[in-house]
Amino acid sequence: MRKVGTLIGCALILVWCLLPVVWIISLSFKSQTAITNGSPGFFPASGDSAGWQNYQDVLDNEQFRRAIFNSIGISLIATLLSVVIATLAAYAIARLEFQGKRFVLTTALAIAMFPVVSLVGPLFDMWRAFGLYDTWPGLIIPYMSFTLPLAIWTLSAFFREIPWEMEQAAQVDGATSWQAFRKVIVPLAAPGVFTAAILTFFFAWNDFVFGISLTSTERARPIPAALSFFVGSDPFNRPASLLAAGAVVSTIPIIIIVLIFQRKIVAGLTSGAVKG
Amino acid sequence: MTTTVVAPRTERQQKPEVSDRAKAETRLGQKLVAPAIVLMLVVTAFPMLRALYLSLFNYSLTAPEDREFVGLSNYATALTDPLFWKTTGVTVLYMLVTVGVELVIGFVFAMVMHRVIFARGVIRTSILIPYGIITVVSGFAWQFAFSFQNGFVNGWLPFLDTDFNWFGDTTPAVIAIMVSEIWKTTPFMSLLLLAGLAQVSEDMIEAAKVDGATWWQRLWKVVLPNMRAAIMVAVLFRALDAYRIFDNIFVMTAGAVNTESISFLTYRQTIEQFQLGIGSALSVLLFLSVLVIAWLIVKLFKVDLASARQEG
Amino acid sequence: MAAIEMKNIVKKYGDGFPAVNDVSIHVADGEFVILVGPSGCGKSTLLRMIVGLEDITEGEMIIGGKVVNDLAPRDRNLAMVFQNYALYPHLSVYENIAFPLRLAKVDDKTVDEKVREASKTLELDEHLERKPGNLSGGQRQRVAMGRAIVRDADAFLFDEPLSNLDAKLRGQMRSEIARLQKKLGITTVYVTHDQTEAMTLGDRVAVLKRGLLQQLATPRELYNNPGNLFVAGFIGSPPMNFLPATVEGTTVELPFGKVEIPADKAEKAAGKGLLIAGIRPEAFEDASVVDTSSSRTGSTFTATVDVVEWLGNEAYAYIPFEAPPEVREQLEQLERDLDGETLRTQLVIGLSGTTKIAEGDEAEIWVDTSKMHLFDPSTGENLTVDLDDAGEIPANAAKQPATA
Repeated sequence: MRKVGTLIGCALILVWCLLPVVWIISLSFKSQTAITNGSPGFFPASGDSAGWQNYQDVLDNEQFRRAIFNSIGISLIATLLSVVIATLAAYAIARLEFQGKRFVLTTALAIAMFPVVSLVGPLFDMWRAFGLYDTWPGLIIPYMSFTLPLAIWTLSAFFREIPWEMEQAAQVDGATSWQAFRKVIVPLAAPGVFTAAILTFFFAWNDFVFGISLTSTERARPIPAALSFFVGSDPFNRPASLLAAGAVVSTIPIIIIVLIFQRKIVAGLTSGAVKG
Repeated sequence: MTTTVVAPRTERQQKPEVSDRAKAETRLGQKLVAPAIVLMLVVTAFPMLRALYLSLFNYSLTAPEDREFVGLSNYATALTDPLFWKTTGVTVLYMLVTVGVELVIGFVFAMVMHRVIFARGVIRTSILIPYGIITVVSGFAWQFAFSFQNGFVNGWLPFLDTDFNWFGDTTPAVIAIMVSEIWKTTPFMSLLLLAGLAQVSEDMIEAAKVDGATWWQRLWKVVLPNMRAAIMVAVLFRALDAYRIFDNIFVMTAGAVNTESISFLTYRQTIEQFQLGIGSALSVLLFLSVLVIAWLIVKLFKVDLASARQEG
Repeated sequence: MAAIEMKNIVKKYGDGFPAVNDVSIHVADGEFVILVGPSGCGKSTLLRMIVGLEDITEGEMIIGGKVVNDLAPRDRNLAMVFQNYALYPHLSVYENIAFPLRLAKVDDKTVDEKVREASKTLELDEHLERKPGNLSGGQRQRVAMGRAIVRDADAFLFDEPLSNLDAKLRGQMRSEIARLQKKLGITTVYVTHDQTEAMTLGDRVAVLKRGLLQQLATPRELYNNPGNLFVAGFIGSPPMNFLPATVEGTTVELPFGKVEIPADKAEKAAGKGLLIAGIRPEAFEDASVVDTSSSRTGSTFTATVDVVEWLGNEAYAYIPFEAPPEVREQLEQLERDLDGETLRTQLVIGLSGTTKIAEGDEAEIWVDTSKMHLFDPSTGENLTVDLDDAGEIPANAAKQPATA
């Protein structure tokens, strides 16, 4: 009885999670003529299939290629910098007693719940004044700020789990504070650093509000923004299958990351958010 | 280490001695957090202050030279406009429904994941896919799914005409948006709840079994009360997130047929219509309402964030 | 190798409470000294001050003739074994042991030599390539010691190293540590709360209570001549019995009757009114088993036995008694100091395994009164201590911390 319930539950989860994914893949194989004429149904009807044509078109599109490049570059740089800065801060929070610790925690918490949209107006204005509008750094900076809270939380949870003795033992063994940090603490916190990096990357890859507000051309426009601008202004009549192909392409990096690192992501999410 | 418990100081009491080590520790700690603090404040506190300042002006980017100080009248305009209240209402609706539904589905998923022994990796991988997928893509997928031209939903639901237009009226459009939002964020909720579930000890559940509790009683009297902290944290996170709903609306309806949320309204004023004055006022109001919601949840459910995520 | 000299060491935390209060201990070169006491007595803090993980508020720490108060741990050249071993989980056993050498940038050949030598001593040869996570408790313990011995450190420090092992392994590791220390002849300071470890391992034992040194002496001296009630109650298992007593001449009145004590002891305790008598369980015997013609001073009394535990080679009999409020209060305080829970208003008597005494019997018990100590109930001080045979008893031992 219990087993059957669990089995049904598993099936339910799989359907729930994968149905829309299968759907968008299926859609990406429908031909554009079929879409224009209307082609309801989950799978492409016979004769409606476009083969790899939609993918070819998407990848031939200069703007889309550029957007992928932007997204990968911006997300990777933001992730790298954010994780380094968060590691330092999280170490201090988990390990040291200092004035202003509460302030850091409060700030991080406040930013984690900050309405992003309420910032884009002033940021738009500021970035234009500083010449950061429509540039990579113009997106990297806000991505870092908004991923720092999550990264700091996740990492400080990991740091807190490393026994104090470890570091003291290293000191007694003759290590300087920096050696103790680099040779003992960082290797032990590696899984945490890793989780924080993945979560940061997801955030940057997923962001839409900054992407559409702080860019105006393909110079810095990331994938989500590019997808939404793919077809002009009328949201009700889009080249759906082409868009679907673009969506699938943009999801591939995420799927790869999830496939390789699922264990670590789950561990990071659960330890970072609830316990630590 | 030096846990400095500073005793309440009085005039006569000598200052607690702060050793060199403690001083060095403070200096090092502050140095290490400085970059993070600076970054977080540059992108939030500074623009927020600027928004506060700009909200006091009648200021449009299309006519910057006409900028003029108008005091609080932007706020008056926003707060007396029915549109503001309507969007706020819709936003609250999005928040309540999505969080409510996610809590139930997320809990069921968490229970299944907690129990399942075989195919753990497959389940975990598939649950992470919606979490990782771009919200915009989710919006597209569901918009096309609900589309009467190319979607499958009308065909699968027997009580609907095949040409029913989900995006032609407020109610179905709002439902479609909620479906996309719920699909994308339930995994996050269920992972948070899974962590809470893992903290409920098996012994306790077995003790309840021996005491004669039914499955339902065990759930309500043993499991849920012991997951309180996890549930509250999940609700807080997700509610604040849901209140900021933007991406799905932008992609699926672009705010048409009264599906606009408060975030979307703010965005439209500032970025699309270049009305920085009134847009900034809306930004400030949006920020304040998020604070109110956070405060309400913390007060209402007595979420002790400090204890939920704190060192002793 | 070096001697460790602690001079009037004080440790105060932010709230001004002295965790360690004016402690002076001289550890001679090559000596094995134990710091022992119940939890919160400051023993670990003191050890951490030696190694430099904790600041010294006042006093001087001198290692090998050099004041080290302001030196960082890595500049003190000491080796320490932590309570949870603090093995680095990401390094193999080999690299764990080699870690201090790597930090000191020793060349690979020397590292290999030293690690192999240490692993041979500790019988870790077949585990060198494993990760600490896959080792048993005893093996981890040995790796931690390996890390300490490769260094040629000036001294070894142990912080309750056996507390995470089960009882059987603990006994085995205890003798291993003792053997290793004798072999290397290295100055060692060892912290424990277990009086058995203290008695079996140490050349000398320092008993601490709430940051104050109570007595510093050899195990034998501590056992035979405890300086005060606390030390007397802490050392020995089963613990010493404490009974209300009044002295008149050479006669002591105990709850069970009157016994005679030697004249020199009686003299020291004369005119003090109500006292607490301390008698170890093995000072008693079943009167029917004792060779009464022996020259030992002793007395007999009769009492009703409540419970008898027979262990084969020996037996313990329990006899409840009533204590007047002053004594009772002091004993309750003592129990709190010792982290104990039971109130000792029953007498524990060690009997020979051949005894026929059974539960409920009115038994005749013999007691060796030359081994009896008499304590002042108000200060806890041992009035009958033989100062020539009691090591060092600091003058401030009985002082209560002001804020306690």
